[in-house]
Amino acid sequence: MNAKLFVFVSHRNGKADDSAFELASAAKTMLPGSAATAIVCGSGVDAVATEAAQLFAEVWKFDQSALAYPNAELIRPLLLEVVPAGSVLLLAHDTFGFDLGPGLSVKLGAAYVPDVVGFDGLDGTALKVVRQEFAGQVSAHVNANVANGAVVTVRSGAFKPSEVSPGGQVIDKSDEAAGLTAKRTFIEVIEAEAGDIDITREDVLVSVGRGIGDKENIGLVEELTDAMGAAMSCSRPIVDAKWLDKGRQVGTSGKTVKPKVYLALGISGSFQHLGGLKGNPFLVAVNKNPKAPIFQVATVGIIADLLEFLPVLTEKVQKAK
Amino acid sequence: MEILVCVKRVPDSAENEISVAPNGADIKRDDLVYSVNEWDNYAVEEAIQIVERDGGKVTVISVGDSDAEEIVRREMAMGAEQGLLATDATFEGSDGLGIATILAAAAKKGSYDLILTGALADDGAAQVGGMIAALLDLPYASVVNKIETKDGKSLRIGREIEGGAQEINDIELPCVLSIQTGINEPRYVGIRGIRKVASVEIPVLDAAALGVTAGKVGADSANVKRVDYFVPVAGAGAEMLSGSNDELADKLVALLKAKGGIK
Ligand SMILES: Cc1cc2nc3c(=O)[nH]c(=O)nc-3n(C[C@H](O)[C@H](O)[C@H](O)COP(=O)(O)OP(=O)(O)OC[C@H]3O[C@@H](n4cnc5c(N)ncnc54)[C@H](O)[C@@H]3O)c2cc1C
Repeated sequence: MNAKLFVFVSHRNGKADDSAFELASAAKTMLPGSAATAIVCGSGVDAVATEAAQLFAEVWKFDQSALAYPNAELIRPLLLEVVPAGSVLLLAHDTFGFDLGPGLSVKLGAAYVPDVVGFDGLDGTALKVVRQEFAGQVSAHVNANVANGAVVTVRSGAFKPSEVSPGGQVIDKSDEAAGLTAKRTFIEVIEAEAGDIDITREDVLVSVGRGIGDKENIGLVEELTDAMGAAMSCSRPIVDAKWLDKGRQVGTSGKTVKPKVYLALGISGSFQHLGGLKGNPFLVAVNKNPKAPIFQVATVGIIADLLEFLPVLTEKVQKAK
Repeated sequence: MEILVCVKRVPDSAENEISVAPNGADIKRDDLVYSVNEWDNYAVEEAIQIVERDGGKVTVISVGDSDAEEIVRREMAMGAEQGLLATDATFEGSDGLGIATILAAAAKKGSYDLILTGALADDGAAQVGGMIAALLDLPYASVVNKIETKDGKSLRIGREIEGGAQEINDIELPCVLSIQTGINEPRYVGIRGIRKVASVEIPVLDAAALGVTAGKVGADSANVKRVDYFVPVAGAGAEMLSGSNDELADKLVALLKAKGGIK
């Protein structure tokens, strides 16, 4: 395939995101032997461009004050001006990718291939990828016709971060596609409030998910947590339902934790949840569904109904002390 | 404000054990519990709250077969005034762009100030809202967890970005937003509510009514096609403990003690 290959590099505080390193290896896996060009947009992004040049042979730098915050509604028209028709563009499947990607593919007339976890090569104009559906319970082989190019978003954690090696070339394109405007204006970022406890500092976390069923049942988890001398965290639906504080949410839109021991109680194991769990803990999953994806990553698995199992467990823990 | 909310009927992945049918062509559909996509339900609630505050009308639309009518009705029971169903044999097998093309065509039939979708659905693609916006040349924002109506010309919105931070933007109307869970607390729909809308007519829009041609939607024009479903060969996977609850708890306590999990 002769299409030009691009990787959009997200960055924060003058550093490339982890996703840039993973996208560099995703690009190599997708089309072995091809060289991807990185795109770095922002204001005052020399350091990021230099960092990107350790991952990519070529870096296009767009340094404009209007790009100080990554507003996808501005970056999309910019890319439409500079990216040749038929290109393949890789971005992270994150909240910026959600903003940018689908509309970009429509405007480029290219295929949209979201949330890819694996590549199986190229067959003519068919890009063969692996995705997951139904909250990770099953996987799917998907073929995308990339004859007119593609916008591909890649799941975080699916590819090992690429090693860095110096030698890439930064091309300053800041004068191109200047003066763009958008119908959406960035105002500010409000950081998440600190909660009543700091779960990022806890060694032992007892984490509760939607499987607990009802607000009243959180008491069962609290009793176990107290008996263990641990702290309680949770998955997102528990926060959405306002049963626990946002500060206790583990995941990509919550906290990143590094406990030694993590109990996942009635948590299915979505990648957004697991994205907040680092440091390879001793991970115990309790779930009534033997097919729950959490069992693929847990150290120890127990198939049980929480409402029956938790009281028994709590009593045994109390006795064991 | 005139608001269109796009909703999808999905197998409830919290309620179901999803497994692959023998030839991988589909998942096993018998005995699945279906519901409205979780994210979409928040979108409908948000639309209803805006209209309760500022006036206007909420229209709910779903692309699907007659089964999808049930979820359109459910969302009407929440308080959406109008329901629409986009159904046509040529829509079958559409990819994300095909679905967005159908919905954009339906949106063009009305004059909506605001179009909402869920942030994502059962395929995790998070694509339809952004595609509708591009097809209609409207501004777009994804994973929205706050909407403030202002002067009728624009909205002040919050997007929930990584780490749970909130990105505040102003966005001009008309626009398309994808809604994140937690933005509100969707109201409960009881049997009585469903009964009230049981006989309300839900107009069916087919390809001709929408003016979409087969070359734009359906399996043949899909650029992105699922070949099959499969269950990945598990890596090491978890060491599964077995026994009665009593035995399971004994085993787990021993492991937790050894790992420093009990203080
Ligand atoms: C942009 C974005 C960001 C997100 N960020 C996060 C995040 O930071 N953190 C997060 O957690 N999620 C996040 N999510 C949501 C994520 O996609 C999942 O929806 C969520 O993690 C599911 O939570 P859960 O596992 O508790 O619920 P479910 O997936 O519904 O799983 C519930 C589990 O409980 C089991 N169960 C049910 N009843 C019982 C019982 N009686 N006994 C035992 N087991 C039972 C079920 O088998 C199931 O496996 C995000 C989503 C998006 C789109």
